[in-house]
Amino acid sequence: MKSALQIAADVRSGASSANDELERTFSVIAERNEELNVFLHVDFEGARRVARDVDERVARGEDVGPLAGVPIAIKDNMCQVGIPTTCSSKILEGWRPPYDATVIQRIVAAGAVPVGKTNLDEFAMGSSTENSAFGPTRNPLDPSRVPGGSSGGSAAAVAADMTSISLGSDTGGSIRQPAALCGLVGVKPTYGLVSRYGLVAFASSLDQIGPFARTVTDSALLLEVLAGHDPKDSTSLPEPSPSLLAHLNDGVAGQKIGLVRELVEGADDSVVTAVRSAADALREAGAEIVELSLPELALTLSAYYLIAPAEASSNLARFDGVRYGLRVNAVDVTTMMEATRTAGFGAEVKRRIMLGTYALSAGYYDAYYGQALKVRTLTINAFARAYEQVNLLLGATTPGVAFKFGAKTEDPMAMYLNDVFTIPTNLAGDPALSVPFGTGEEGLPIGVQLLGPGRSEAQLFAAARVLEIADGRS
Amino acid sequence: MILPNGWEMVVGLEVHTELLTKSKLFCGCENHFGSEPNTNICPVCLGLPGSLPVLNREAVDFAMRIGMSLHCTIAPSTFHRKNYFYPDQSKDYQISQYDLPINSGGFLDLPDGSRVSIERAHMEEDTGKSTHLGGSGRLAGADSSLVDYNRCGVPLVEIVSGPDIRSSAQARAYAAELRGILIATGASDGRLEEGSMRFDANVSVRQSGAPLGTRCEIKNLNSLRSLQRAIDYEALRQIDLIEGGGVVRQETRHWDENLSETSTLRVKEDADDYRYFRDPDLVDLAPDQGWQDRVRAALPAMPAERRAGVVALLDDVTDAQLDAVEVVIDLGLEKYVHAVAEASGDASLAVARTANELAADLDNVANLTTEAFVTTVLMEQRGELSATQAKTVLAEVLISGADPRDVAAAKGFEQLSADSLGSTVASLIKAHPDEWSRYRDGDDKLAQFFIGLVMKLTRGQANGKAVIAELQARR
Repeated sequence: MKSALQIAADVRSGASSANDELERTFSVIAERNEELNVFLHVDFEGARRVARDVDERVARGEDVGPLAGVPIAIKDNMCQVGIPTTCSSKILEGWRPPYDATVIQRIVAAGAVPVGKTNLDEFAMGSSTENSAFGPTRNPLDPSRVPGGSSGGSAAAVAADMTSISLGSDTGGSIRQPAALCGLVGVKPTYGLVSRYGLVAFASSLDQIGPFARTVTDSALLLEVLAGHDPKDSTSLPEPSPSLLAHLNDGVAGQKIGLVRELVEGADDSVVTAVRSAADALREAGAEIVELSLPELALTLSAYYLIAPAEASSNLARFDGVRYGLRVNAVDVTTMMEATRTAGFGAEVKRRIMLGTYALSAGYYDAYYGQALKVRTLTINAFARAYEQVNLLLGATTPGVAFKFGAKTEDPMAMYLNDVFTIPTNLAGDPALSVPFGTGEEGLPIGVQLLGPGRSEAQLFAAARVLEIADGRS
Repeated sequence: MILPNGWEMVVGLEVHTELLTKSKLFCGCENHFGSEPNTNICPVCLGLPGSLPVLNREAVDFAMRIGMSLHCTIAPSTFHRKNYFYPDQSKDYQISQYDLPINSGGFLDLPDGSRVSIERAHMEEDTGKSTHLGGSGRLAGADSSLVDYNRCGVPLVEIVSGPDIRSSAQARAYAAELRGILIATGASDGRLEEGSMRFDANVSVRQSGAPLGTRCEIKNLNSLRSLQRAIDYEALRQIDLIEGGGVVRQETRHWDENLSETSTLRVKEDADDYRYFRDPDLVDLAPDQGWQDRVRAALPAMPAERRAGVVALLDDVTDAQLDAVEVVIDLGLEKYVHAVAEASGDASLAVARTANELAADLDNVANLTTEAFVTTVLMEQRGELSATQAKTVLAEVLISGADPRDVAAAKGFEQLSADSLGSTVASLIKAHPDEWSRYRDGDDKLAQFFIGLVMKLTRGQANGKAVIAELQARR
């Protein structure tokens, strides 16, 4: 499978065409989608039109952009004009957005060809893509196992070589965790670096769109396109997009990197070993590794499961059957809303709406939501203190490798614990990425996590590149 | 209205006013009343999945103007979500300000000299509008409902008074004065019939000096008359209830204009838990000093100041004159009165002509220069025009914008003055010697007899005062 960088270079030079690259994607999808359930919708017609446009512009000698002719998969919680957008929920049945998410506009302006919408845990709530109303996605590396979640479809699209890059969203680890389980690079950018306009909200203060790719370079290439201020998102950072590709090979010499005890504790032995060897590799590349402890991180899982459901309970209120999506008719409006929501939402979404509603209720707000906000402040401060001592942090992405279907579906807590290492950065608003390093049980990939302070994406990519090379992946 | 048996009412008002911004509070849709249903809508105000709000700075300008006019403190503020399900609310939550409003702690002085404290004046978005068809005509039990989202996301400021109001008349005066201020700031058109201002009244009763009683909130009053009547009704209802041994329940009540009574909408125990929390899609609002200074510098004079300016021109002001002044201020026409006063004219005559003739033809007021108005008033004062003629001239000038002297000349009004009136009076005296001698002997009532004759001869175009002057001169 060619990298996105290579595809774009070939399309620009005429060595390949957007159309050829797209047809290759379609043929892999035709081969494997039935088995893996990656795409919920493939936009054959629209994608061919975009590819043709790219090829015509190349023929006219225009600069088509850094993603010229690169097929890309989109997580089905981002809006694209006229394309069904379901969030893997029955409640959005039949809804086709009348507008494009900002990220869609940006990738198309950069020459990319969106090929379709990928499966996810309903409204991005889950860690295995088993919560989709349209069936689970299978891990291309071992179809008896989950691809992780919630962006499981977008991870599987790249892992199955359907596309070289894809878009995911990460609220508590939903890019990094499936990246780790599928052997990919997955990035959760600094909060506000990528516009959320057009991303169907799960937890607005935590959600962030980011790239999946097989290589660090492709991740940086895509993030450069995605990043930048958007006047349509009030929480978008005002600064211009950072330069990432230019710093890919900066290395880690002279960098101080903290190995965080709380981001390794409780992980499987193979994962602990992988993180330790990653630390060794970084040390060999000239970094100073220090072990440190951030005890506050032990509180973050509980805080996350109050803040995210609280916001979700409000964000998902609008799915009421009045304006779009599913409507279950009933004797009056209130009963119609209840019937629609009862039929339209799956069990996990209902669980979180109830949790969040409870956490915000009069008499409970201070004890739950209010308390969680305090933990969030503690988390922000803990990371800030750590970054006074070190440049970056290192830990595991997940406690183990990809697990079998049904292994954690009976026990929500077991599933929630899969995100214990990824959640803290979402609360802090800082960037983090997962990069494959070593293997575990049955040769399945392990992801190690690199974390940094706000807007440190360039340093994170440089460190990830060191690990990628040390792992013999490029 | 005086309450019986030593009872006193305690009233606080919550006033919602739509802001006259070009676009809505969080999106670029046109803010316009009366468009075809669901034409001023977009993904943001329709609350489509994935859409995000962006605050309209013009709405912040208006909110600050209102706050400054009410002597409020302007402070860094935040936006919260007020969560409740309702079909005309596209996101099933309303973006509003909660514990940190943009304006707090002000006051409003009423024309009678009383002061009402202002607790806060915060920003929020309006909802859409539902029409319920068939069945009961209300949401529950209707056959079907239609929703127009044009109003959804229109900016509102909610102005909350302290519980300082003690009568329905004072409540009405407060609402009227506030309306004048909102119009003066340019924030509102004050059109109550279009719903651009809506009132909620919190009413309780107590024996004078006793602790506050339990209050009831009357929702969605949309005229000054309803406001006053609903408050009176509610205070009397509570008094009757207590005197009959009952207890007032805290509840929200609905005013039925046709039945002239309030009825229970919902009791406190059923009140929604709105689960307020900070809206994570918006950032804090903290207008810097420069922004505040620019808004303050552009503030026009408020009604109280303008009213005082006109009243100062009048001697021995009567209640009727105060009403006329109110009309002049309400319509923003006081420049005509000031112009007459500057020309040493009769300000009280100017107020009367402005409050009547000018107010009657607002569409054409733009045609009337202050010079033309001053000329007309002075002509009337000097007796060159009768009251009727002056009104006719003004009406004509309002339409054509012509010089009032030319209008008077063209209508032949000027010839009636001076010489011609003198000879008319002289000939009538000759024709009616008996009446004239009785008048000369001191029977003043006969002046009316001669005025009547003059009016008949001149088809009402003579000036009564000028006729009396002519008679006096010959007495």
